[in-house]
Amino acid sequence: MTSQFKIATFYLYRMRQSWTTYLKELLEIVHYFYFAPAYHLILEGILILWIIRLLFSKTYKLHETYKLTEKEKEDLIEEWQPDPLVPPVSKDHPSLSYDVVTGHKITINGKECINFASFNFLGLLDNERVKQKALASLKKYGVGTCGPRGFYGTFDVHLELESRLAKFMKTEEAIIYSYGFATIASAIPAYSKRGDIIFVDEAACFSIQKGLQASRSFIKYFKHNDMEDLERMLKEQELEDQKNPRKARVTRKFIVVEGLYINTADICPLPELVTLKYKYKVRIFLEESMSFGVLGEHGRGVTEHFGVNIDDIDLISANMENAVASIGGFCCGRSFVIDHQRLSGQGYCFSASLPPMLAAAAIEALNIMEEDPEIFTVLRGKCKHVHKALQGIPGLKLVGVQSAPALHLQLERSSGSRDSDMQLLRTIVEYCLERRVALTLARYLEKEERFLPSPSIRVVVTVEQTEEDVHNAVSCIQEAASAVLK
Amino acid sequence: GSIPGRSGPSVWSLHNQNVTHNSSLYKKPFEESFEETPLLVAVLTYMGYGILTIFGYLRDFLRHWSIEKCQVAREKEEQKDFVPLYQDFENFYTRNLYMRIRDNWNRPICSVPGAKMDLVESVSHDFNWTFEHTGRVVKDVINMGSYNYLGFAENNGACADAAIEATEKYGVGVASSRCEMGNLDIHEELERLVARFLGVESSMAFGMGFATNSMNIPALTGKGCLILSDELNHASLVLGARLAGSTIRVFKHNNMQSLEKLLRDAIAHGQPRTHRPWKKILIVVEGIYSMEGSIVRLPEVVALKKRYKAYLYLDEAHSIGALGPNGRGVVDYFGLDPKDVDIMMGTFTKSFGAAGGYIGGKKELIDYLRCHSHSALYAISMSPPVAQQIISSMKSIMGEDGTTLGADRLRQLSENTTYFRRKLREMGFIIYGNDDSPVVPMMLYMPAKIGAFGREMLKRNIGTVVVGFPATPIIESRARFCVSAAHTREMLDTALEATDEVGDLLQLKYSRREQPLPSLGWMAEESLLQD
Repeated sequence: MTSQFKIATFYLYRMRQSWTTYLKELLEIVHYFYFAPAYHLILEGILILWIIRLLFSKTYKLHETYKLTEKEKEDLIEEWQPDPLVPPVSKDHPSLSYDVVTGHKITINGKECINFASFNFLGLLDNERVKQKALASLKKYGVGTCGPRGFYGTFDVHLELESRLAKFMKTEEAIIYSYGFATIASAIPAYSKRGDIIFVDEAACFSIQKGLQASRSFIKYFKHNDMEDLERMLKEQELEDQKNPRKARVTRKFIVVEGLYINTADICPLPELVTLKYKYKVRIFLEESMSFGVLGEHGRGVTEHFGVNIDDIDLISANMENAVASIGGFCCGRSFVIDHQRLSGQGYCFSASLPPMLAAAAIEALNIMEEDPEIFTVLRGKCKHVHKALQGIPGLKLVGVQSAPALHLQLERSSGSRDSDMQLLRTIVEYCLERRVALTLARYLEKEERFLPSPSIRVVVTVEQTEEDVHNAVSCIQEAASAVLK
Repeated sequence: GSIPGRSGPSVWSLHNQNVTHNSSLYKKPFEESFEETPLLVAVLTYMGYGILTIFGYLRDFLRHWSIEKCQVAREKEEQKDFVPLYQDFENFYTRNLYMRIRDNWNRPICSVPGAKMDLVESVSHDFNWTFEHTGRVVKDVINMGSYNYLGFAENNGACADAAIEATEKYGVGVASSRCEMGNLDIHEELERLVARFLGVESSMAFGMGFATNSMNIPALTGKGCLILSDELNHASLVLGARLAGSTIRVFKHNNMQSLEKLLRDAIAHGQPRTHRPWKKILIVVEGIYSMEGSIVRLPEVVALKKRYKAYLYLDEAHSIGALGPNGRGVVDYFGLDPKDVDIMMGTFTKSFGAAGGYIGGKKELIDYLRCHSHSALYAISMSPPVAQQIISSMKSIMGEDGTTLGADRLRQLSENTTYFRRKLREMGFIIYGNDDSPVVPMMLYMPAKIGAFGREMLKRNIGTVVVGFPATPIIESRARFCVSAAHTREMLDTALEATDEVGDLLQLKYSRREQPLPSLGWMAEESLLQD
């Protein structure tokens, strides 16, 4: 006890002593300053100021070491000549002389023709019921909505259409857009941001490409409908992820495919895609513009065609401009996925909503589709018939599967230059137009497409075409082909 | 001046952060004001957001530990180990701030969006997580939110009759793009009419206004070009500029000094790093900026563009039909030559009661767009009844339908705008923007007042639009009124009375300017202009 007491008093004494030592040391420092030579203090003061200046000065930019004088700037401004706003377009560019189409029994340049060119698969463009419903809506709401969805642009018709679409497709929720092109182009960037990875089929249509560009993610293209190529890429990505698990935990991965490709008229292998999805943990976005209202027993698209559970697909996007014969587009899926677009889909939030009469027309088209599922069997039969009839035209080869309603006729042997190919095909189209069969060339933006498809004639099958019409058209094309492609 | 009740420093010193330098270019005075946020209000607003954020974290914590029921939709079980689709923080604002007041947006209507509308009554029993319709309709709500500047949103009258005829003749859909089989004679008629209306050589119409910007700017510029865009440009212009792949530089809102500096530096230094000269410089501005209510300083922009040989892209989404003595937009308002604007773009949604967009300009430009625009080749063409509605309303504005209805509407809109703005100023609210713009943003600032204002106005049967972050800077939330030619003086008075009441209730009268005495009204305005 006493030894501890002794140790404690010893330390207390030491502490008291250390206070006094500190005080003494402080006094010494002040004494030093007072008696140091002036130049010593000045020098140290300058050094301290210099350090402060270096700490706060901006970093030195190497490439802006020169500055232009005002006169030099003026000279440069005077000399600069911009390119013309637009390069000149040659007078005989095909788009400059449109066929002027009036009405729907397709009167082109005064001639009434059978329409093999508009995507009117279910023949609803001329349907009286649809027109009447649109008129009723026009008489109630007027034409335009005068605002985006958030600001009094949401009509009860829109809400009805969304719930009908969700019910038809058997998903939780649907969201509608006022323009078909903007649908997938706004949906992709809403989910996929910079740093995410998207695996896309090479034959993806232009609106998907624009959506990919807007998303700023890493885009990896796999060969068209080639699941092995896709799996190889997914495996590579998995290896990358294992090297950097932290980054992999926040990098979202998506696969974007079309149900029925507009450029190649074939169907994507959906069951294999779903297996790949669960194996490599990627989400699937399915674009069904061509297959909605075409494939499947009830017209529900490629998921019904293959019998895939619709909840396995994260997002289905389609436009209502083909089979549904209205204007606009929609996305459907689980609420968890779709609800996000209501605040971050650019084409939804920042654009006026769909005119109510077009929404009413779409609802009526859905009614017709639901009441009469026979129509899809009829369409499938006609597709098969046309597919068979178009085989074996000398000089032209048919591109597309049996159940596709929009087929391509390409030249069997290309002449070497795209322009002359297009010219040959255009001559065939004009020949047919003379004989009252309306066809069209498939048009692409040559400089902007990533994988430019070969020139082709688009042939569209609709339920309204009779066997005679088809027979007529096929013989027309055959005559044209043999006349033009000697 | 010696105006009674107006001593001390001039009111104009509180005005105009952007001072007009070349007033000789303007044929009439350019009155714009963006009164500064009072300091106390700014502090209180930040505090408000701070408190909301703290509560947000608290609620997230409770939801995470299942103390509070979580009503946010969840990912499905089989996909739980996928990379999360949304980052938690992205949705923090949506979950905790937006959800609380989201009954002010997406209000469904069930009538024509005219001067008065019928709203579908919807209630929420779980604090805005879900809504249900009671089945009742709130009738005759005064509509101060729809973009119906000339009142063409009608379901009867000459325009509606013409649209009915067009539907019967053409149907509703088109099912093909302009280049393939979707070019109808009605589209060509529309384009000729639009070109005549604007005073340009030729024009082209598209099915969606947003898509007109996002699909045509990439066709006009590319790599090696420079786009100078205003700070507050619309999302479609920003998207179009991004998709173009050009270099984008942003100048301060409506600030001509900032624009000139950017132009001089750009031409003098050339492209970044290589210093090659730019291929083209495109200045992108809007006619009326809908969040600020400001009008672009077009005479100065045109002068700059001519001096520095740049091209001008003018987006007249809100100003076409709404400005100018003949309704031809902001070019008409300033009395300039339409040929000075290289690319005149606009939409048909606002003043024409339809949908879609257009681009007008020289024949070479439009021919080029016909062949190279993304929309002409890949997107559907405009629906025929919509095109017909535009044709009839445009003819009415031009006076070609044989009546003076168009001129009446233009005059009514201009009168309504001046009256409404003046009255709101007199009451003491802070109003942003130009005195002639029919878009009237009124400042609210505090987050709680956003929700309160929307709801209180609805209780008094007035439908208003409120906007907050992220459409506006975080402390500058506002209510936005859109004046229409269809509003009668009584409707405006009712709306003003209600706004006055709510303003007193919520203490929204922040303006610190001296107000002219109410009895002087017009006289005070006149003499200020001469000052």
